Amino acid sequence: MLIRDSKQGFDHGVPSEITPEPVYRARRDLMRSMSAVAAGAALAGWSDRQAFAQPATPAGTRRLSGVMRSTVPGAVTLERLTDAKDASGYNNFYEFGTDKSDPARYAGSLRTTPWTVDIEGLVAKPGRFAMEELLKLSALEERVYRLRCVEGWSMVIPWVGYSLAHLIKRVQPLGSAKYVEFVTLADPGMMPGVRSRVLDWPYVEGLRLDEAMHPLTLLTFGMYGEVLPNQSGAPVRLVVPWKYGFKSGKSLVRIRFTDKQPMTAWNKAAPGEYGFYSNVNPQVDHPRWSQATERRIGEDGLFSKKRKTLMFNGYESQVGQLYAGMDLQKYF
Amino acid sequence: MTIKPSALEGWHWFAAATKPLAFVVLLVPLIWLIYAASNNLLGANPAQALVRASGDWTLRALCLVLAVTPLRVVLNWSGLARLRRMVGLFVFFYATLHALSYAWFEMGLELADLSKDIGKRPFILVGFLAWSLLLLLALTSFDRAVRWLGGRRWKRLHRGVYGVALLSVLHFFWMRAAKNDVAEVAWYGALLLLLLGWRAVRARRIAMLA
Repeated sequence: MLIRDSKQGFDHGVPSEITPEPVYRARRDLMRSMSAVAAGAALAGWSDRQAFAQPATPAGTRRLSGVMRSTVPGAVTLERLTDAKDASGYNNFYEFGTDKSDPARYAGSLRTTPWTVDIEGLVAKPGRFAMEELLKLSALEERVYRLRCVEGWSMVIPWVGYSLAHLIKRVQPLGSAKYVEFVTLADPGMMPGVRSRVLDWPYVEGLRLDEAMHPLTLLTFGMYGEVLPNQSGAPVRLVVPWKYGFKSGKSLVRIRFTDKQPMTAWNKAAPGEYGFYSNVNPQVDHPRWSQATERRIGEDGLFSKKRKTLMFNGYESQVGQLYAGMDLQKYF
Repeated sequence: MTIKPSALEGWHWFAAATKPLAFVVLLVPLIWLIYAASNNLLGANPAQALVRASGDWTLRALCLVLAVTPLRVVLNWSGLARLRRMVGLFVFFYATLHALSYAWFEMGLELADLSKDIGKRPFILVGFLAWSLLLLLALTSFDRAVRWLGGRRWKRLHRGVYGVALLSVLHFFWMRAAKNDVAEVAWYGALLLLLLGWRAVRARRIAMLA
């Protein structure tokens, strides 16, 4: 028998974590479709997609095909999935308003075709990628990640995408490139929230190059087996599972390689509250609230105690070495 | 001059019904929240929804109770005065629900966590102060308390509700300030300022007349 310890990743074994029926049925569907279609055929679902914010209903046209279960260590947690309805109805996406229900309500105005992503800065092969090229660049994988919001709630979401590292290797960063900056769309015509001054638009996020290269850093095109709903960052977003959710930029339009640490949107707005790293860390409180616990959306009842937040959101064994010797109180 | 008995009766009926009617209306938010919570209508994060809704209703009741006197004077409707205590107790009631939902749903009723949180977050401290002040007013809200304290002292004590109004807006402002999202706070702030400003102007006029 294989004996696992906490150094190898997140431990499972509680009966309540047995995969619910709809989930394994969905996975079987994925396996079936996978055998039939090559990775490029993922485009079929893409061309049919409609630019409306939709509740993630199992509508066939939005389904991504050719998706394989990820084999990256730590990429598939067996915890209970958050309802797709909650994951696409309770969002922070300030470009559409600051209320959690605003993105689902207003993101219908976002047009996601055509869409391009510019690669700029310290790379040997800069250029503009069309969505179709990006989708073909590597095989799509399903990854089930925990998502921990800096506000103290969490979800478990099955994303579809591939490691950002595949794209980074393709564009060949120069030796001088140390950081990656992610710029997201800020179009006041399609995004009503951009007219307010909540943040300095466009929303910019950033990672150190080694963080961006980590296999868990996901360039994401879908969730729950379908293309991303607009309110979740369509058509392409980042998911960095060991950092607070706001580090994962949505609706990306530009990826720039730099030698200086990027100025990120929240760091600019409140430098004392949101650091560049923003790794999930139960020992470093937000100046205005504790980060020791979290409420799992849809799972933890009103009167149940909140669950303990895990170091690096439970991905310590995979990403801990990125921060060896760093003072995480100082670099929060 | 004689008044037709029927008209008088009609008025009596209306005057007598105002208070029970207001009581029922002020209970509607509570009934809705209980219904929504038990039928899963509060969205993905019901705990947060309950904390927010109870806070919103506290503020609304507070605006209402502070509007009683201006309305009574402006509309020359003396009957309104009889509603003041009840509305005030509703402010305390919703504030208590708000504090309880926070303490229970957010803090798991852990006293250590609660006291730490009050120390850590200025806006929680401000909210706690406002609730403590309301508790004091609620405890001295019955007729005999007026006699014990003496009308003058009682009145001075119960002007503490103006302090509650200022603390509540500050509490709300601080909560929202982090998101630069203070439009709603501004509405409540403006309304409360208007209600308190009306009193200041009136007090001045009365002082000048005296």
